[in-house]
Amino acid sequence: MTTQVAEANTPINPVEPFLRMDRMPHIWCPGCGIGTTVNCFARALTSSGYDLDKVAIVSGIGCTGRVAGYLNLDSFHTTHGRAIPFATGLKLANPELKVVVYSGDGDLIAIGGNHLIHAARRNIDITVVCVNNMLYGMTGGQVGPATPNTAIASTAPYGAFEQPFNLPFLADSCGAVYVARWTSYHVRQMTRAMREAMAKPGFSFIEIVAPCPTLYQRRNRLGDGLDAMKYYKQRSTRKDGASTRDVDIDFQGDIVVGKFIDRERPTFLQAMNHRFTERLGSRYTPYPTGLED
Amino acid sequence: MSAATQAGAVKKKKKKYQGRIYVDRERCKGCGFCVEFCPFGALELETDYNAKGYHPPFLAHEDKCNGCDLCGLYCPDFAIFSEKIRVED
Repeated sequence: MTTQVAEANTPINPVEPFLRMDRMPHIWCPGCGIGTTVNCFARALTSSGYDLDKVAIVSGIGCTGRVAGYLNLDSFHTTHGRAIPFATGLKLANPELKVVVYSGDGDLIAIGGNHLIHAARRNIDITVVCVNNMLYGMTGGQVGPATPNTAIASTAPYGAFEQPFNLPFLADSCGAVYVARWTSYHVRQMTRAMREAMAKPGFSFIEIVAPCPTLYQRRNRLGDGLDAMKYYKQRSTRKDGASTRDVDIDFQGDIVVGKFIDRERPTFLQAMNHRFTERLGSRYTPYPTGLED
Repeated sequence: MSAATQAGAVKKKKKKYQGRIYVDRERCKGCGFCVEFCPFGALELETDYNAKGYHPPFLAHEDKCNGCDLCGLYCPDFAIFSEKIRVED
């Protein structure tokens, strides 16, 4: 782990209790933003004070999908795109759990896109953290559903020409109750957003724009991860409550960040209990929703 | 932003905290996030290499660090963090 001579009372990194240290160092490239988001997630868990035995983390496949394997929580690394269905089952069977889906844009929006829209429509009480690196990182930099127009990828040598998804708009229009976007530069804001999203009953969605230095930055000749972070610093503008319709990301254009949606809707289990009680009266015993206290 | 206001506040008020930096040199991949985004410019990259061939950061300006742990929050490799030490004034 380290060759440094550790002093007897050297304090440990505050993130280390949340990590499986036997699996370190991680596979993420130098300058990748995913590790930064993990830091923020660990701090959000620390400050929100949840019982860590009641927090479960689910990931799909991809670079961000490795997070479930690195975090020292109850976690599951699902098949490609199926993080949300697994999390849905986990939440419905164990409503007292705090279920967090932590995955990338290719996993959640492309292969698992259908699951995302239906979980948002039903308002399943889970938190989705989507780290958007603009392409399929682990498989070699292919065009994904969030690749901006004209960006060069391994399957788009002349630049991508497909209309990319606007992720906050997608989540908003499907019915998510909390939608925010930050970049990996906005560490304090991201930490706060993760804390708020976990506390929010219902489907909460956080998009985190993160650099992919090896595939996205290098192919587009945009420098390394640090250059991407400087670009986020310069070109992102905070607009809380902005209409999600207007928050598209263009290639190297302005990035609108902030908390876009924060509204109340009955969760799936609340709606189910409400309907069955309405219909069956005292014959129905309400199912625990995990929200009563 | 928050970094700028923090820096301003420190200049006006009497400094009560001093920071101490802990770097795991071998885990560092030299991305430079901590050096770039330190609100006080306290860190610099070493000229030496670690075993992987990267330049880890070190605390070049001890008096500037107040232990805000922003470096720890940025570090994608969990290689650096800082702690606040209360200084008697």
